[in-house]
Amino acid sequence: MQTKAKHHPVRFVTLVFLAVSTAACGGGESPPDAGASDTPETPAASANSGLTAEELEFGIGPIRDLVLGDLDPALADAGAEIFAIKCSACHKMGERYVGPDLSAVTDQRAPEYVMNMILNPEEMVERHPVAKALFTEFNYTPMANQQLTEEDARAVLEYLRRTSAEDPGAQN
Amino acid sequence: MMTNSRIRLVMLVAAVAFAGAFTYACQTSSGPAAGTGDAASDVYVAPGEFDEFYAFMSGGFSGNVTVHGLPSGRLIKTIAVFSQYPENGWGYSEETKDMLRTSFGLIPWDDSHHPQLSQTDGIPDGRWLFINGNNTPRVARIDLSKFETDEIIEIPNSGGNHASPFITPNSEYVIASTRFSVPIPQADVPISSFKENFSGTLTFIRADQPGEMDIAFQIHVPGFDYDIAHSGRQVSDGWAFFTTYNTEQEHTLLEVNASQADKDFVAAVNWRRAETCAAEEAGRIVPGRYVHNVMGEDRIGRSELKDSVRMIEPADCSDMIYFLPTPKSPHGVDVDPTGEYIVAGGKLATTIPVHSFSKMIDAIANEQFETVIDGIPVLEYEAVLAGEVQEPGLGPLHTEFDANGNAYTSMFISSEVVKWRLGTWEVLDRQEAYYSTGHLMIPGGDSSQPFGKYVVALNKITKDRYLPTGPELAHSAQLIDISGDNMRLLLDFPTMGEPHYAQGLPAELVTANQVQMFDLTENTNPYATLQESDARIERDGSTVHVYMTTIRSHFAPDNIEGVMVGDTVLFHVTNLEQDWDVPHGFAVIGARNSELLVMPGETRTLRWVPQRVGVFPFYCTDFCSALHQEMQGYIRVSARGSNPAIAYGTGG
Repeated sequence: MQTKAKHHPVRFVTLVFLAVSTAACGGGESPPDAGASDTPETPAASANSGLTAEELEFGIGPIRDLVLGDLDPALADAGAEIFAIKCSACHKMGERYVGPDLSAVTDQRAPEYVMNMILNPEEMVERHPVAKALFTEFNYTPMANQQLTEEDARAVLEYLRRTSAEDPGAQN
Repeated sequence: MMTNSRIRLVMLVAAVAFAGAFTYACQTSSGPAAGTGDAASDVYVAPGEFDEFYAFMSGGFSGNVTVHGLPSGRLIKTIAVFSQYPENGWGYSEETKDMLRTSFGLIPWDDSHHPQLSQTDGIPDGRWLFINGNNTPRVARIDLSKFETDEIIEIPNSGGNHASPFITPNSEYVIASTRFSVPIPQADVPISSFKENFSGTLTFIRADQPGEMDIAFQIHVPGFDYDIAHSGRQVSDGWAFFTTYNTEQEHTLLEVNASQADKDFVAAVNWRRAETCAAEEAGRIVPGRYVHNVMGEDRIGRSELKDSVRMIEPADCSDMIYFLPTPKSPHGVDVDPTGEYIVAGGKLATTIPVHSFSKMIDAIANEQFETVIDGIPVLEYEAVLAGEVQEPGLGPLHTEFDANGNAYTSMFISSEVVKWRLGTWEVLDRQEAYYSTGHLMIPGGDSSQPFGKYVVALNKITKDRYLPTGPELAHSAQLIDISGDNMRLLLDFPTMGEPHYAQGLPAELVTANQVQMFDLTENTNPYATLQESDARIERDGSTVHVYMTTIRSHFAPDNIEGVMVGDTVLFHVTNLEQDWDVPHGFAVIGARNSELLVMPGETRTLRWVPQRVGVFPFYCTDFCSALHQEMQGYIRVSARGSNPAIAYGTGG
């Protein structure tokens, strides 16, 4: 239901646009605003060519130009607690579970990307080629939006930095 | 006789409607059953767009409330209230079943008639919806941020809670009355002793503090039937009005025996005066067992049994209650937006009488009393009458108002909505309804600020309006445009149960406060499992607690062993999702209650008593992702007394 309602807004709008156009053909009226105001662009086009280099590296979402200092153990502890409640049902360290193994994720992705994936998973899975490929690889199980605040996501990032430091060899 | 004439009328109207529909199908411009040519665009809400108004319809004998959008008429929600609702486990799950508790035990059904929105300064404010349980007297409060029933209070010393729950302008009280008079306190007496032993009560329920509804006081009144009520507003704020019928005090064949008197009464109650008397401890504390059920912040319903209530006799509190003579067996009583006019629908009357609040106050001051009944002065009819609407139609029942000084009255027998002018009492327009209109509803039309635009006619008969569905047909509502001088029928739409009253308001008053999920970190259910690593099984004697989590798309644990036939298994299912629109369901073979539907961040518990040895699947009932069909598990049930080892897990 999540997938149908929220993950394909562009596709949905396009369908509505087509349906309205078809319905209106007899009367020759222009379609209502519902379809007309959005660009009828296909998701495939967005994913393949629509991203900037910056978006490809940092992901799509609110986080840009993150400045990281030395590892903050207290922040990592806080992140571990949040991770246990909101993430661990699908991600386990050192093993592939419902979602990817995250034990070395900060070696593999930019920190901004990690936070944007937490904060904006619907759009990431919809548009970012890496997230999209993982969505396919993991059998279309959606990355759940668990409503972390930016502060929460930053703490989880710190926890993931620590696990990456402890386990540099882990693989997806 | 009434039934026969109604059938004849319905047949006539049906014939006209058929002819009209036929004409319409041939592309001519009008037909009495079909509205005007552009009605379709007036009710069309394009895919992805929202309706302008919420309409809350009583679910009638379904015991629940349905929520529709206007102008489309689309059904968008059923809110479980007084009836168990297997779709989401309401009244079945361990957390919700106490919400249906009464002094008679768990009552799984009721008959809900009259929704009422909470008000601030006499205007619907979108916080709560109240509705009555008619049969086992109760009032429920629904929280419109969640569209869930959060509170239900039983009403003692009542023989049927029909005139309920009508709200006062700042939601201080919802008012209620006993439809049927009964012995108060209940007693083993001959039914034929009605006139000496039976009486009624008017009940004032404190309603402005969520979770703290309580019976503030009851007023003991003569043994009539008390039918419908409405509160005063603006100039009449502080008063409440109740219709009566069967002032003949008959106890059998009421359709004949209770239709003899030319006039019955509207009871006018000065509730601020009654409130003062109650504060001064007027009257006495009498027995009255009632149960108050509240959904706590931990989202667990709890019940409290109370055993007494303050009962005020008219003699205990002067200037508290008066009777206004009103023709004839009045049903609805409706107060206009200014509070000056009190309109009564005498269902057997040939006019619509309108009482004047200011004349009533003068008549009280001048002691213009016809008589006194059981300590209650009966005011002179002419002294309180503002005017009468002449020849309005047959069977006036209920009246709603627009913001321009017009009133709209439903005519049950002549099956129409009649628009008339306050002050001149002149009939301005008529709109046929199909068929037999009961209540009607204008958004805000029983408040100080009618939002106007539409009137919804809530009809009692549907035949030939929809595809036939066997002996029982859907009930019917009709949407009528009231924005112009003449009413225009726009749309028929079906409703659940029998719709009685309804309420409506602009959608933004409700959408602004929507709860989309429950914060997992604030889940205080003692059986919650807040992270998957805490999922586990614990045995306590013959009770087995399964602490289970859900997330797209698996259960933890999903393999369970160590349960025996005859154990009571409690599946405490916590939904770890934290996004809107991701509930998970839980169902297991042979559960003798229902499924669970667990909202994001919430814990709900299903009781299951395995009866057979074997391995039984459970699964998620609410489609949750592409791998929803994989969201399943097994529970192994061993023979009674075999003491199998507990084992559980997910994955690995």
